[in-house]
Amino acid sequence: MQLATVIGSVVASEKVPGLEGVRFLVIQPLDKKQQPSGSTVVAADALHTAGPGQLVFFVSSREAAEALEERWVPVDHAIVGIVDEVNLVDEVIV
Amino acid sequence: MKVARVVGTVVSTVSIPLLDGQRLLVCDLQDVDGATAGYTIAIDVVDAGVGDTVLILDEGNSARQVLDLEHGAIRALVVGIVDELVVDGASRTVV
Repeated sequence: MQLATVIGSVVASEKVPGLEGVRFLVIQPLDKKQQPSGSTVVAADALHTAGPGQLVFFVSSREAAEALEERWVPVDHAIVGIVDEVNLVDEVIV
Repeated sequence: MKVARVVGTVVSTVSIPLLDGQRLLVCDLQDVDGATAGYTIAIDVVDAGVGDTVLILDEGNSARQVLDLEHGAIRALVVGIVDELVVDGASRTVV
């Protein structure tokens, strides 16, 4: 799973069967220090409550569809949690 | 599996149900030289702590097998704490 910021939403009225009612959000993946990292992607919102500006984490690949009610659908990124807090230890003692 | 270093934690109260009560660790993935090569947020099943060198499993079916689930949107798990790491005959320091 990776961190991301929700930066927008996607509305598509013509969709593959099974994706009806699924919310799609545009997310910007982040590195662990919450800096943008890589291209934006469209992710299904498994929580139904994520929205623009929120810090979330998402799962990629086949497992993304497992987060949805209808599991056998073509979805490759899904938001699975809203982040309250990221605690990083800058200097890890070796 | 991949070798990683636990560098932090993620706290989330709103998440998919199967993540309720799970510890989420921020893990720096390490390349063959021990340098950081990206990160992942992984579910901890071995009571690893920040600073530990760990083994990361990043494959859904195996992850579900470990947690005894038929379904679920999980991929990355911390499945081991590394005691010793030898690369090209040289021992690498682990915590």
